Amino acid sequence: MTFINYASREINCKIVYYGPGLCGKTTNLQYIFDSTAPQARGKLISLATETDRTLFFDFMPLELGTVRGFKTRFHLYTVPGQVFYDASRKLILKGVDGVVFVADSQEERMDANIESLYNLQENLQTQGYDLLKIPYVLQLNKRDLGNIVTAEDLAAELQQKGEPVIEAVASTGQGVFDTLKAVAKQVLTELRKG
Amino acid sequence: MADTPILLREQQYHQIKAVLARLRMDSSAKVVFLVDKDGQEIASQGEVGNLDTTSLASLAAGNVAATGGMAQLIGEKEFPTLSHEGEKDSIHISVVGRLLLMVVFDERSSLGLVKLRSKQVSHQLAAMFDEIAAGNYDDLDSPFAGITDEDIDSLFS
Repeated sequence: MTFINYASREINCKIVYYGPGLCGKTTNLQYIFDSTAPQARGKLISLATETDRTLFFDFMPLELGTVRGFKTRFHLYTVPGQVFYDASRKLILKGVDGVVFVADSQEERMDANIESLYNLQENLQTQGYDLLKIPYVLQLNKRDLGNIVTAEDLAAELQQKGEPVIEAVASTGQGVFDTLKAVAKQVLTELRKG
Repeated sequence: MADTPILLREQQYHQIKAVLARLRMDSSAKVVFLVDKDGQEIASQGEVGNLDTTSLASLAAGNVAATGGMAQLIGEKEFPTLSHEGEKDSIHISVVGRLLLMVVFDERSSLGLVKLRSKQVSHQLAAMFDEIAAGNYDDLDSPFAGITDEDIDSLFS
């Protein structure tokens, strides 16, 4: 949910990275964190298990710059991908302004992608949102691996509404900022509509 | 239905800050925050110093959301207050409608005092936010109304 403060001239928006377990949601955030100037971002908070699996969420505030005198800040969240953390995923979607679905391109993760996408639709609905109406981007991650499904086949299976589809290798940064830009642009365009 | 955006006028922001300042003084607290349930910091008062208030706001919302989820599993609507006691500093959070009132305090205060003072201002803050939610903002120029594609692109250049 967007928060516009006319006193401090700030706009805050919330973007959530969604997807199946180990698809690279945290890696996306980690790359953004590592490649952004410290003054433009806050801490990367990671509520993870001892084996670095996301337990609740990762969080990072990112300041993109000024639009018409208003500081534009995006709060980036990831959800825990593992199936049994569904209660946490629901909570994190509260107040979301834009969603990035990170799909794992590996053949053996196709079912997990579909299950997670279905889960996203369901959980958005619980919070009063419609996937077809909110700013949304599909990222096809892990394009550097050998056993991957073609981008066309993945898009045919996972694309919902003509949303931008971005091929990525989050560990090296390929496609990470393009994804963020694509979703942020849609969020700002929504704000323009009022 | 999803919550509508919060639009805060300058005057309303200063009124909220004044309520928080009084709460901070009356409860002898270090810092007082108002955060929305989605994790956005709305206002703060006190010894903020190097405190990472943005992260604190996000974690407070996560904390309340998680305990709220637990409450529902045992048949409660929510847990309206949460307290965390540390060796030196402690945190008290109370749920006020769609907002969270968070007070950080140390040995100069006590949990009882913070609870009492928080409760006293909760009604006032709730009333202020009812007014904010019901307000008419047609007179406010949306900073995004006249935004161009070039403006958006410039954020990423």
